[in-house]
Amino acid sequence: MTVATAAPLRLALIGNPNSGKTALFNQLTGSRQKVANYAGVTVERKEGRLIAPSGRSYALLDLPGAYSLTPSSLDEAITRDLCRGFYPGEATPDALVCVIDATNLRLHLRFVLEVRELGLPMVVALNMADVAARRGIRVDRAALEQALGVPVVETVAVRHNGAKALVERIEALGASPHAVPPPLGAGADLHTETRRLLSLAVTMPARTSRIDDALDRWLLHPVFGLLALAVIMFLIFQAVYAWATPVMDLIDAGTAWLGEWVKTGMVDMLGSVFGEGFRTALADGPLVSLLGDGVIAGIGGVIVFLPQILILFAFILALEESGYLPRAAFLLDRMMAAAGLSGRSFIPLLSSFACAIPGIMSTRSIQDPRDRIATILVAPLMTCSARLPVYALLIGAFIPQQKVGGVFNLQGLVLFALYMAGILSALMVSFVMKKWRRDKSEHALLLELPSYRMPHPRDLAIGLYERAMIFLKRVGGIILALTILLWFLLSFPGAPADATMPAIDYSFAGRIGHALTAVFAPLGFNWQICIALIPGMAAREVVVSSLATVYALSAADDNAAAQALSPILAHTWSLATALSLLVWFIYAPQCLSTWATIRRETNSWKMMAVSAGYLFALAYLASFATYQIAVALGAG
Amino acid sequence: MPNDAIARRLRELGFVAGESVQLMAHGPIGAEPLLVQIGFTRFALRRSEAARVVLREGAPA
Repeated sequence: MTVATAAPLRLALIGNPNSGKTALFNQLTGSRQKVANYAGVTVERKEGRLIAPSGRSYALLDLPGAYSLTPSSLDEAITRDLCRGFYPGEATPDALVCVIDATNLRLHLRFVLEVRELGLPMVVALNMADVAARRGIRVDRAALEQALGVPVVETVAVRHNGAKALVERIEALGASPHAVPPPLGAGADLHTETRRLLSLAVTMPARTSRIDDALDRWLLHPVFGLLALAVIMFLIFQAVYAWATPVMDLIDAGTAWLGEWVKTGMVDMLGSVFGEGFRTALADGPLVSLLGDGVIAGIGGVIVFLPQILILFAFILALEESGYLPRAAFLLDRMMAAAGLSGRSFIPLLSSFACAIPGIMSTRSIQDPRDRIATILVAPLMTCSARLPVYALLIGAFIPQQKVGGVFNLQGLVLFALYMAGILSALMVSFVMKKWRRDKSEHALLLELPSYRMPHPRDLAIGLYERAMIFLKRVGGIILALTILLWFLLSFPGAPADATMPAIDYSFAGRIGHALTAVFAPLGFNWQICIALIPGMAAREVVVSSLATVYALSAADDNAAAQALSPILAHTWSLATALSLLVWFIYAPQCLSTWATIRRETNSWKMMAVSAGYLFALAYLASFATYQIAVALGAG
Repeated sequence: MPNDAIARRLRELGFVAGESVQLMAHGPIGAEPLLVQIGFTRFALRRSEAARVVLREGAPA
């Protein structure tokens, strides 16, 4: 154990995308991972600790996948700079582990040669040796090692004995850290050298994979391929809504119970310990209200989306691991390019139907910065699940339950129209952005369609855990802070002794609501809606409970307060107001956690302001038009 | 085009003289993008990208 106290050797995993690098990283480090970002950018930085049987510990860095050290994306630039020791705040690795896929050697060996030129000590991990053997590809490991002049180890990323051999070679490197690989002569061509290596060490059949051929023939078929994609998407949506609902109901019930308990049970309990005086002071004091109405309700409002996000990400991770995602991008690229996006925008936009936050987070897979910004800007137009409660309330109260054309339910049609309006708006916005932007240079698709692979449960579990943590930590923190602020605005200052109006009218939020009416009256919004829109900024679905609170607190007597919200709205609002509010929520610019995510992911306040500004403008214009037209038609 | 970043990347991905390429599939709209197999690897290329690859007729691999 004496060696363990020495500073750990810094190893970096380097390799092409789809080389199984991250699966190997997961296997080597297990749960001892730290995920963060590289300084100043939103490229994920994954570091883990590897403890060898000798007791020596290694810091293992999973570098972003790269095809070349002449970078064409931010990821590749980071990989190059880090290996050369140019990246600010990062030390040059002591040794490299270059991961190559044994079934894709022509592409990956060229990269090994390029990496070897860096002159750092290195080990080559010949990954997926088992798959290669099954396909009839025979790699002479010893011959390859001799020709390359660096150690070559066969690994199977999902099994442990392969990693063991790799660790032994790393240990051997650690014993002689100055074993630098031989450089290639000046002017040598990497492709010629790759061909020489292949002819020396590899025998392969004419075709690489029969299964891939068959799957691609169907899944990329112009008709059947699109149909399969539609079915997969439909299943994901079904799962996100159907499987998550029981868990979400449970979380809702749990938070409601906990909030009540804080206000009654906890107060009684503490009262019985500290005396009756304390109990009364506590029950009437702001602390209990803050805890019950603010903190618990606020956190509950966030956590409730976790099941949907986890189910969605489980599907996305599985599709990503299996190699299907690039195929979906292939099928949709032409359509999305016409609207100023790219095939790679598909998954982030799909995720945004659950919530824009994971959607915007998953734009990290779009390497092209221009396509990435365009995707981030339109992602909030996908109807997120937080808007569904608002739609459900308003449609239930104002749209009659009747059949259209004998088949379709009118309420369902309105809901469908609202979803479609969001999608069409997104396409129009990205199209306009494409026309406006100054940089009209060609940006490549150049997308590798890797072999199909069975996703491994360990990689799925680690991926899901990371997503859940990002969501809970960062977004949870922001929403919690905002919830406390909004609770404060709604509760202070209290009503004066000679109050004639409900207390909410005297609070900051009440005053703001009344002031906002001047801005929103042309849209048909009354002051109650204006108040409800403020807490709705923290999470859109909060608008529903806020409307309930506002109407309950401003009711003349307890009898009116006890009424259900839907009939109150149906009696007090005009149809024009309801339609206007529905249209407002297609654009719904007021989601602070989305703003915060955009700010973080683009590293730019300007981009956040652009997004919030254009969504607000669209929402205002669309609602204004809806209200005025509806009033003119007699629905006011 | 020596300064063309896309052409350089294509060369790095293995699109160099002497390799045989195979057109595997094309996208559903406007027959775009193309699915091209080179060596063991499949790439989706838009037509403007694929236009940078100069093909010479040779014996089938």
